[in-house]
Amino acid sequence: MLLIRCPYCGLRDESEFSYGGEADIARPLEPETLTDAEWADYVFLRTNTKGRFREQWVHAHGCGRWFTLVRDTVTHAHGETGVFGGVEPEADG
Amino acid sequence: MQRYSIFSLARNALTGHRNWPQAWRSPAPKPEYDVVIVGGGGHGLATAYYLAAEHGIANVAVLEKGWLGGGNTGRNTTIIRSNYLWDESAAIYEKALQLYEGLSRELNFNIMLSQRGVLNLAHNEHDLKEMARRVRAIRGNGIDSEILSPAEIKKLVPAINVSKDMRYPILGASLQRRGGVARHDAVAWGFARGADARGVDIVQNCEVTGIDRKGGRVTGVRTSLGPIKAGKVGVVVAGHASVLAGMAGFRLPIDSHPLQAMVSEPIKPILDCVVMSNAVHVYVSQSDKGELVIGAGIDSFNSYAQRGSWQIIEGQMGALVELFPVFSRLRLMRSWGGIVDTCPDASPILSKTPVEGLYFNCGWGTGGFKATPGSGWAFAHTIARDEPHPLAAPFSLDRFTTGALIDEHGAAAVAH
Repeated sequence: MLLIRCPYCGLRDESEFSYGGEADIARPLEPETLTDAEWADYVFLRTNTKGRFREQWVHAHGCGRWFTLVRDTVTHAHGETGVFGGVEPEADG
Repeated sequence: MQRYSIFSLARNALTGHRNWPQAWRSPAPKPEYDVVIVGGGGHGLATAYYLAAEHGIANVAVLEKGWLGGGNTGRNTTIIRSNYLWDESAAIYEKALQLYEGLSRELNFNIMLSQRGVLNLAHNEHDLKEMARRVRAIRGNGIDSEILSPAEIKKLVPAINVSKDMRYPILGASLQRRGGVARHDAVAWGFARGADARGVDIVQNCEVTGIDRKGGRVTGVRTSLGPIKAGKVGVVVAGHASVLAGMAGFRLPIDSHPLQAMVSEPIKPILDCVVMSNAVHVYVSQSDKGELVIGAGIDSFNSYAQRGSWQIIEGQMGALVELFPVFSRLRLMRSWGGIVDTCPDASPILSKTPVEGLYFNCGWGTGGFKATPGSGWAFAHTIARDEPHPLAAPFSLDRFTTGALIDEHGAAAVAH
């Protein structure tokens, strides 16, 4: 099991979290102007990186907040976390 | 190729089995081929076999970075069935099952197909209704499927717990009697031997590191053994499709996840069909060696590590001992993981690509083994004719743009 450091709650078991997949996929601001191919790119296409990968997790059985995590998809080693739209909190774990 | 038969067995017995020939050659790669297949698992080897056997294209190399069938072909739980909901899936999985039924004879290699039946359990009202719908759809496609009551399930699988005081009681099941298991390694080896006999070069320990293109057309591959020119390239890599697509300059609608499987210590025969449950999420069969072969769902996170997390194993053990309390005394002997490439609609990709002469067969997710011969059959046609085989056409990359998805998240009542 992974041990994941929630930026709000500190180090917790992976089973407290739910996975949100690849990070940095922003919803297009004017979707009605996109072609079908551009829309498919946003909805379906993924980089699916082998190596250091920025991804999203939610502390579902904890504080309920989303954050980003950089994790290596080959070694599972992970470290830096990031929060959405705010100041990085002081982790307590 | 020396044919295997009772006579060749007897003849070789006389010489103490010292003179059996190699089942396939291990040639150095030639500088150029008509078709290069990337990936020497079951699907890649089947593609090469059918290219040679059905389309007369034998100037083919299969490049494998490790050893034959060492990826997901050798890591799955060997279950074969064709009870899929949608017509497109039913067509290709049923084609695969029909090819499996004649495969030992066709390849002159015993793939140990055992059509012992696949049972999909229902645990609540919704499961029962969904199952009835699926069974009708499956039968409508001419594929065998029937519904069993708890009493009939108990008769078929005496070790199962059908009592009403379970947390998730068993209320019924669907059964595909033609479903079952096969020896996964033998499928890869049989196709390899058949392809080799028809002139295909199978090159192991040869990793593809780049895909060469010129003017939007594929011209060859770069490998750990040097560059190889190719008229056409078919990529058949379970677990690394996105990496190979990246080499050719495009992205795929795929996420790679670990899928774990495990076996118990061997015991005397107790379970003579495959039992799967979607609701409590576990599937189990008993191998010829006596081990229980157990699997369930993927780990949620993306990974290329061929290993997963402990709580996934724990969850399916809980489900297993609920269904079969008698198994609670067994020990697990080993567990392992593979990387499965999953698509948003839980259906595979068999497709031409933005690069001319480059074809992808990938995204089989958690259930590719059962499709191996059908996948190779349809993909060989797609490569040979440069147009999708009718069985492959619905699984093209275009579907993610047109929206014509083939949603198999229910996957005929269970994960694979």
